[in-house]
Amino acid sequence: MIIGVLKEAQAGETRVAATPATVAQLLKLGYDVVVESGAGELSSFADEAYVEAGASIGDPLTGDIVFGVNAPTQEQRDGLKAGATLVAILNARLDADLVADLAARPITALAMETVPRISRAQSLDVLSSMANIAGYRAVVEASHAFGRFFTGQVTAAGKVPPAKVLVVGAGVAGLAAIGAAGSLGAIVRATDPRPEVADQVKSLGGEYLSVSDDTEVSTTGYAKEMGDDYKAKEAALYAQQAEDVDIIITTALIPGRPAPRIITAEMVASMKPGSVIVDMAAQNGGNVEGTVKGEKILTDNGVTIIGYTDLAGRLPAQASQLYGQNLVNLMKLMTPGKDGQLVLDFEDVVQRGITVVREGELTWPPPEVAVSAAPAAAPAAAPAEKKEAKAPMAAGRKVGLVLGAIALFWLLNALAPTDELRRHFTVLMLSIVIGYYVIGKVAHALHTPLMSVTNAISGVVVVGALLTVASGDTTVTVLSAIAILLASINVFGGFAVTRRMLLMFSKGN
Amino acid sequence: MDITTITEAAYVVAALLFILSLAGLSKHESAKNGLTYGMVGMAVALVATIVAVIDASDYVDGRGLSIGLMLGGVVIGALIGLWRARIVEMTGMPELIALLHSFVGLAAVAIGWNGHVLGSHESLNSLVNIHEAEVAIGIFIGAVTFTGSIVANLKLSARMKSAPLMLPGKNFINLGSLVLFAVLTAVYVTVEDHDTQTIILGALTVLALLLGWHLVASIGGGDMPVVVSMLNSYSGWAAAASGFLLNNDLLIVTGALVGSSGAYLSYIMCKAMNRSFISVIAGGFGIEAGPSADVDYGDHREIDAEGVAELLKNASSVVITPGYGMAVAQAQYPVASLTSQLRERGINVRFGIHPVAGRLPGHMNVLLAEAKVPYDVVLEMDEINEDFPETDVVLVIGANDTVNPAASEDPSSPIAGMPVLEVWNAKDVIVFKRSMASGYAGVQNPLFFRDNSAMLFGDAKDRVEDILRHL
Repeated sequence: MIIGVLKEAQAGETRVAATPATVAQLLKLGYDVVVESGAGELSSFADEAYVEAGASIGDPLTGDIVFGVNAPTQEQRDGLKAGATLVAILNARLDADLVADLAARPITALAMETVPRISRAQSLDVLSSMANIAGYRAVVEASHAFGRFFTGQVTAAGKVPPAKVLVVGAGVAGLAAIGAAGSLGAIVRATDPRPEVADQVKSLGGEYLSVSDDTEVSTTGYAKEMGDDYKAKEAALYAQQAEDVDIIITTALIPGRPAPRIITAEMVASMKPGSVIVDMAAQNGGNVEGTVKGEKILTDNGVTIIGYTDLAGRLPAQASQLYGQNLVNLMKLMTPGKDGQLVLDFEDVVQRGITVVREGELTWPPPEVAVSAAPAAAPAAAPAEKKEAKAPMAAGRKVGLVLGAIALFWLLNALAPTDELRRHFTVLMLSIVIGYYVIGKVAHALHTPLMSVTNAISGVVVVGALLTVASGDTTVTVLSAIAILLASINVFGGFAVTRRMLLMFSKGN
Repeated sequence: MDITTITEAAYVVAALLFILSLAGLSKHESAKNGLTYGMVGMAVALVATIVAVIDASDYVDGRGLSIGLMLGGVVIGALIGLWRARIVEMTGMPELIALLHSFVGLAAVAIGWNGHVLGSHESLNSLVNIHEAEVAIGIFIGAVTFTGSIVANLKLSARMKSAPLMLPGKNFINLGSLVLFAVLTAVYVTVEDHDTQTIILGALTVLALLLGWHLVASIGGGDMPVVVSMLNSYSGWAAAASGFLLNNDLLIVTGALVGSSGAYLSYIMCKAMNRSFISVIAGGFGIEAGPSADVDYGDHREIDAEGVAELLKNASSVVITPGYGMAVAQAQYPVASLTSQLRERGINVRFGIHPVAGRLPGHMNVLLAEAKVPYDVVLEMDEINEDFPETDVVLVIGANDTVNPAASEDPSSPIAGMPVLEVWNAKDVIVFKRSMASGYAGVQNPLFFRDNSAMLFGDAKDRVEDILRHL
């Protein structure tokens, strides 16, 4: 089969759906590649480089599979062969007209932005790879517009405070921004309604600001829109942060919905002159009041608001390479025989999830795929119940046992024929009780030393052997001598071993 | 004030010091003081006794020989004891302690026989009977302790099969032995002729030796922590019985202290394993139910050391749950350096210790302490169980039954109801194991087949060292 690579028609698009490096991989999978002349020009890939990698230059619409970055134009769509497969970022969730148009054609359309967020599909996840680039670029844009250092410095010419950056939303773009800003030396804070990302924020050197104690564990891997109470607390947090920070980067996007309004005009007005806001959600309406889609503007109080929608495209070579690689990975998945034959397997949730139109038949929207990032409810209930059932029985029996033991002791003492025996029983009983209480709350770690010390102490039978050794009877003397030897091993060995163990127990510094 | 009263007073001092010793040993802060009290107490008891014996033996034949034997016995015994204590591996601690228990048992048997040979100095017939009963009881407890400890030692050092011995009607054997013991004692007490008495006492000794052997042989190796602690208790009772025989309060006090504290310790262990205390003391609480029917648990997933190192690097909270396998592989040192390396990276590393992990109560704690793992990161099961859901990586090193989810989820499992470490609630579980074989309880472990578990096969020590190389 032939793969055609379109030259992007949309104004301002700098990316291309294949690079010479990815072309080589597509050839290995058994495909032929036709690249439209000048397709890679804006990403610094010349036609010659594609030819060198093994592609030919020609009309991509002759391909059985057509790669694009953005949805093709009307004209390009009309030129598609019957039975062709179109692979591009189609924005299927937002662009119903386009989906209807595609469904009217005898083609198959795969929307790369709809790859489900499961571990297996990460290598195809265009949103992640683009968001990563965009997050980085957002920091670069911010630093470009920001008239100061990011890192704090103490110089001969005076002290420079570090810049404070607030990243709203710790998705892929947010995390990339946190990492980039952090490595430039700024103090980075981040917010996100999903508490489980706190660790990820910390791992990149950022500080996680929690909006409230309510926990919201995401099951689809994307953030959801939050309730009213939460919003009020959130607004208070942002109002407070806006006055403090120098740079705000917002990344809050809910798939297929207008971007939530997070930073209000009042918050923007409260910021210091020279501050910068990068609104990465400008494409879908913006998180910031006053954002102009695709523009960089300066507010009355000197705050720069950047609303570029092509942040990833501003690193064209990088973006093309990652996007191209995502497409190669998709082709690997869909070419099980490595023979250049595309197979669409609807049993596979990934392939099902990205298919908008199959051979002229509308298959949109796909069933939602739950990701396994959230742990299933913990099975903690069962053991707790068992404990409860046991407790009441134990209490009654305990009293009974103790009273029984005391009665037994009374009986023994009453029956004991001599005072001496009675005294022995008394001593025995009191010692048993003491033994029980001194052990009481022994620390678990000390079980072994305790056991070895009690073992050493029970070697006190040596006293008994000593008392009989000098009796004059040979048998007794021999037996006693053996007993003395054994019990002495016990006494000294037991104490020495305990000492060795106790010396090892140390509290860490 | 003469030698006798001084000795008596010294015994009271020794008994008090022993009580302080046990009390001190139950807390980390006071453990070393407790040990000192114990040693001083023992020294007081020994010196007082030796002085008293030398003083009292003035007119006895062979006085020089007796004193020589006495001092020689103590010195040689001390040398052997100190030598064994110095060279023993910490992994071999359970065997050593079991062996030491057997010595107390044997000493008690010897003392009992002495009591028999010397006869009673009482003139009243009823008092002679009491003396004889004391002889019989002392020998019985001592002999049971002796063979029981020997079997425990053999099982622990793997010189004897650890699987429980399953004689038909084993409860009947145990109960019958007790009845027979009572009968023999009664006959021994009533018979007047000394030679007949000797034969009866010999039979009684053999019976007790057999019973001790059978009691412990019918307990599986996995339950050895309870057995060792129970034998500890028995050795205390043996000492107390000798005290009755010799009219010596020090022996009674000390024996009862050790006996009751050992019994209480066993009780704690039993609760941890969800076993009946009574059935443990009675011996032979093997596994009754067979393993559940063959269930298809699915496939296990393998991982290599490099992958584990990668997981650890990205984790912020790690829990290590060691078991007997760590002791066998001597992996405590690499585990300790893994711990310190991860802690240097700012990763929160803790240990979760199941109460019956290993072959001795607190066995794991001793091994980790030997490798210098600070004890404040070594936590008990109850302290750590609720933290597993927030844990990134759990390393299960040589543990099996103590992390088996079947215990809480499968009521038909032989280990059902036993509290276990709920490691499966963590994000990732790495199981170090030599093969897919089942643990001591012979139960398959569904943990290995969970989605969040991965197996790292091989010797635990080698694998942990591999991980260290990749960190």
